Amino acid sequence: MTGVLLLPQPLANGADSSPWHFWGYFQDHRHEDLHWLWEHTYLSLLPVAIGLAISLPLGWLARRYRWVYPPMISITGLLYTIPSIALFIIVPPLFGLKSLDPLQVPIALTVYSVALLVRVVADGLASVPDDVLQAATAMGYGSFRRLVNVELPIAVPVIAAGLRVATVSNVSLVAVAGTIGMDNLGRLFDQGIQLSTPTAYYPPIVLGIVLCVLLATVFDVTIVLLNRAATPWRRAVAAR
Amino acid sequence: MIRFESVTKRYPDGTVAVDSLSLVADSGEITVFVGPSGCGKTTSLRMINRMIEPTSGSIFIDDQDVTKVSRTELRRGIGYVIQHAGLFPHRTVVDNVATVPLLLGHDKKKARTRALELLELVGLPASMAKRYPAQLSGGQQQRVGVARALAANPPVMLMDEPFSAVDPVVRAQLQQEFLRLQQELHKTIVFVTHDIDEAIKLGDRVAVLQVGGHLAQLATPAELLAHPADAFVAGFVGRDRGYRALGFADAGQMPLLAEPTAQLGWDLAKARDVAVDGWVLVTDAEQMPLGWLRLEGLSDSALSGQVTEASLNLGGTLAVQGGTLRALLDAALSSPSGRGVVVDDDGHFLGTVTASEVLERIQQRTPVARGDAG
Amino acid sequence: MISQVFTWLNDPAHWRDSPVFTGIPTQLLNHLRYSLVAMAIAVAIALPLGLVIGHTGRGTWAVAGINAVRAIPGVGLLVLLAVVISPHFHGRTDLGYLLPTEIVLVVIAIPPVLANTYAGVQNVDPEVRDAASGMGMTGAQVLRRVELPCSLPLIFSGIRSATLQVIATATIASYLPLLGGLGRFIYDGFHQQDYPQMISGGVLVALLAVIVDLLLAGVQRYAVSPGISGRYSRRTFRSTGPATAAVVQAEVSPA
Repeated sequence: MTGVLLLPQPLANGADSSPWHFWGYFQDHRHEDLHWLWEHTYLSLLPVAIGLAISLPLGWLARRYRWVYPPMISITGLLYTIPSIALFIIVPPLFGLKSLDPLQVPIALTVYSVALLVRVVADGLASVPDDVLQAATAMGYGSFRRLVNVELPIAVPVIAAGLRVATVSNVSLVAVAGTIGMDNLGRLFDQGIQLSTPTAYYPPIVLGIVLCVLLATVFDVTIVLLNRAATPWRRAVAAR
Repeated sequence: MIRFESVTKRYPDGTVAVDSLSLVADSGEITVFVGPSGCGKTTSLRMINRMIEPTSGSIFIDDQDVTKVSRTELRRGIGYVIQHAGLFPHRTVVDNVATVPLLLGHDKKKARTRALELLELVGLPASMAKRYPAQLSGGQQQRVGVARALAANPPVMLMDEPFSAVDPVVRAQLQQEFLRLQQELHKTIVFVTHDIDEAIKLGDRVAVLQVGGHLAQLATPAELLAHPADAFVAGFVGRDRGYRALGFADAGQMPLLAEPTAQLGWDLAKARDVAVDGWVLVTDAEQMPLGWLRLEGLSDSALSGQVTEASLNLGGTLAVQGGTLRALLDAALSSPSGRGVVVDDDGHFLGTVTASEVLERIQQRTPVARGDAG
Repeated sequence: MISQVFTWLNDPAHWRDSPVFTGIPTQLLNHLRYSLVAMAIAVAIALPLGLVIGHTGRGTWAVAGINAVRAIPGVGLLVLLAVVISPHFHGRTDLGYLLPTEIVLVVIAIPPVLANTYAGVQNVDPEVRDAASGMGMTGAQVLRRVELPCSLPLIFSGIRSATLQVIATATIASYLPLLGGLGRFIYDGFHQQDYPQMISGGVLVALLAVIVDLLLAGVQRYAVSPGISGRYSRRTFRSTGPATAAVVQAEVSPA
């Protein structure tokens, strides 16, 4: 197999196209791949962070004013229904960006994260038992302090579950953006497919999958640990 | 009749839930299993319909070993009522009640009709039929649970703390109606409860179980109160045993004091004329007691008005003639005038009785009548 | 740009098939076809599996394991399988890309349906289950007559979630050359820098997803007993609390 085709980048040491060569591929293209990995991490996390910041007050509103909950759920449900790639593409004309502006990715993913997290925050706050709320108010907690000191800590497990879903799914969604030219690990798949003529060239594809799974796992585990750290009372109960 | 023969249930980790239990629950009677947590009462109950299988020993229903029949067939012939009713949330009330007949293959229409009859029997209006369990209160759900258990007319019913999850007022109502039902239906019932008062109230016979699954005593409620078998039973049955035992003592026909009564709307002056010791009983036109009126110590000017409902003292319970000594004593003790009101079966006023008269009657009872009733 | 998109969508030429262009209706049908086949297979596998695991309580490792599949990027799997499978299909070019697509779609659809079905059965009130067997229902009868109807809300939630993911991934599948579906407009538009076409594709996909979800919601309304959904005259509004966490876990967003 001589296969030196018109390729984006030269193959360094022959054409080792087996799947297990992904580590070697990584080493050959380390600079570019690390750049993509960083972009991918950033694009996965930032929307969730912003999304959470927006969802906290919105979710609180939905709890405080009962009538807000149904329409909010309808709207966020609608947004969540739209496939991510469609959302990526629709954002630029709506926000006045050029059609393949990389900014569409974080914007669309923030919308997505908000759509998911508003409901999670609202339900997390709803999971606080009523008598706890009453007791806190009777003890003299003002509304805001009660939210911060009582309701949010108790809602943490539910919100953490939502954050896990949001971050892990974002990893996949960002990769999708790679198919329309955005800079992230999805580009590895793009490379893989282009390099796969005439025979299959696995390394970038496998590398992409491995890195995505690793990234998703790291996010997931981190949130689980943070959740545990933030809820010491649950561990105490479990240990009884 | 349900017979336990040396039934034991031991779990793999070594805990013994039921230890060599042998007893007989007679047909047509309510046998109550009662005891503290961990005494194996629920486990024993659930071994009857094989929700749990015994480690050793056998259970017989009408002399047939329960293990000789398939489990589902066995259960379709036993009514099963549990604590929160366990109604199917996805079915209407009437469909819930008709479950077992439909399982047995009965005609759909007939099953529905019977379900409606049963709803009436347990005291629920027909408008409930099309509702869903989530729309019903706890007490209503429990009644549906009982109706559902009765639907296929099983001879045996197993009830596991059916009235524990409702508030005391509703519980008392359910217990009353349950007794009324049993008067009509005469089912063989095994009833589990942790509440000794409920056991004494409902049971024809009561089995007191001890932690570890031992049978401490099996006896009628009166016997249990009068002769607890050991210290555990005595402690479990609780205090005020002598007083509570009076609830099972038939008073017989008590001689009553004839008492003049007043009615609503009379002049107070006229009422005072008939009052005895400053109190007069006020009744309505059909001689149904309404309350006591205190007239002692009222000045002449205050006596210018009439007997009104607002001025009545409603303290004092009513005792039915021919009822228990306990009811009589309570009527006398709770009455503000010191005279207990006695009525007939329809609630019409018959006469009054004082506490000392009741006490005399109590002490007149021979040792046999007092405690050794079987 | 927005007006250009409208123009593109209103152009009758785009609604007809021609030698150089496959029209919107055909692509729509293609898209539906790919999605329906995958959903049918996934539900046929995951629904009974979830019911049995939930009912017997055995094999929960399978649910946890299959859930881990969600961490795999759909695009990556798609490309991997395409690269493996398509060389074997020279000549039957459509199938070469269709097969990996369908495989990936099924793999993506199974976790939400399985997880939600399992959660649905598990969440049935144990007292209700106890009453059902105590009355003499066989295990299969308890499953069919009690556990299944009571689990329907969560099962539908899982099916809806899976359907959305399938529709979304089928869109991305058009990244592979020659494959039909509404994503074709997106990727052709991308490659040709024909942005009105690309954005129109996005709009069409969004509309499809929303309409399908509404339809499924309608079916759910009809199929779930009012006793469970709470849709009876006495309106009690309750926002569910912790139960949502289970559903949230199941509802990974579309790829």
